[in-house]
Amino acid sequence: MKKELHVRPIKNGTVIDHIAAGQALNVLKILGIVGRTDAVVSAVANVPSKAMGKKDIVKVEDRELAPHEVDKIALIAPSATINIIREYKVKEKHKVALPDVIEGVVRCANPNCISNTKEPVISKFTINKREKGVQLRCIYCERIISENIVEHLF
Amino acid sequence: MFTKKHIISMRDFSRAEIDVILKKAEELEPFAKGKKSDLLSGKILALLFYEPSTRTRLSFETAMKRLGGETINMISPGASSASKGETLADTIRVVSEYADVVVLRHSKEGSARMAADVSRVPIINAGDGAGHHPTQTLLDLYTIKRESHLENLSIALIGDLKYGRTVHSLAYALSLYGAEISLVSPEQLKMPDEIKSDLRKMGVDVSETTTLEGVIPHVDVLYVTRIQKERFPDPSEYQKVAGTYRISAELLKDAKDDMIIMHPLPRVNEIDAGVDATKHARYFQQAFYGIPVRMAALSLVLEAR
Repeated sequence: MKKELHVRPIKNGTVIDHIAAGQALNVLKILGIVGRTDAVVSAVANVPSKAMGKKDIVKVEDRELAPHEVDKIALIAPSATINIIREYKVKEKHKVALPDVIEGVVRCANPNCISNTKEPVISKFTINKREKGVQLRCIYCERIISENIVEHLF
Repeated sequence: MFTKKHIISMRDFSRAEIDVILKKAEELEPFAKGKKSDLLSGKILALLFYEPSTRTRLSFETAMKRLGGETINMISPGASSASKGETLADTIRVVSEYADVVVLRHSKEGSARMAADVSRVPIINAGDGAGHHPTQTLLDLYTIKRESHLENLSIALIGDLKYGRTVHSLAYALSLYGAEISLVSPEQLKMPDEIKSDLRKMGVDVSETTTLEGVIPHVDVLYVTRIQKERFPDPSEYQKVAGTYRISAELLKDAKDDMIIMHPLPRVNEIDAGVDATKHARYFQQAFYGIPVRMAALSLVLEAR
């Protein structure tokens, strides 16, 4: 059987590969590029993968995403790789790395936190990398989020 | 060296910085008792209390005035611009143009941290919702230092250890000094596992029990807190529990000679009035120590020498 191409190659831009299956749309949400860009963005879900069984892929055409823009997706897709494509060739490749602080991506789980009011505050968490997953600590109320981080995305 | 601009949460402080505050408090103690000082003369403290408080507000006001400074007050949040819909951030921006330092109490957790982000002048957190109240912890540490000892301390924390912010923050601060901590609380009000595991990671010897029995003879400090009725769905359950943790003079007969009893106050009936006259009672002394500690906090953030 002929190998089928699930993903059309792009000429220039960024391919985010090895996203945990089912997280492609959340990755787009965290990146905040949908609706705020004219770039062609495509997401593919449940692509068969030798290493992961199934994986998702996101492609952003004609835009090279810088590591600091992309690293925050490590929250939900820790094994993702970023490929910068120029003239159909992978010119740069790196794994995402969690930043120490994350802003404006996650909503604090504490309903009584100042970041959940009409005050002009952008949510901000420090990230504690542990053996078992990550722990987020709100810099305002110090409440910790360590499970189901996806549910706390804005 | 003290380099903090604001005083928001105990987690921001190293042991060395806490020691600077406690040392400063000791230096200023004579002025807390009435000796004249003009250390903060010409300085204005704004007291922004969005939630009721008697002792914290009065003690900050006393501390400021004893050092020759002045205070301005919001009469009541109901009569202020907050009721007209102004954000706290805007209020802080405005007030920080008037005053040299702001003491804030607010119902939302993290409000003081946000205030510090937008303020031109130092912010001292006097309680943010169920969050932090660092000057309470500092005055507890100061009391322990003056009336007992901070090194190699054995302390029992008694009462509501689940919701009580004072005990969480105190336990955290004591961990910087390497304490042995006995947690005494009813089953429903035990200290959260996460805090206990944090304390153990920091090298604190933590033990846990539901009865006072056997604890009193071993400790240097009994830190008693109020068990609130609202925490119990069944009032009869509350009556049963509250009774078991009442400290009486009789209960203290096996205590060490120099054991001290502390309480953040107000007390309801956790400590019998009969205990007040014993050599162990220190809770009113502890309330007094709020003055030198707040003097120290104010003078350090204002960089007064």
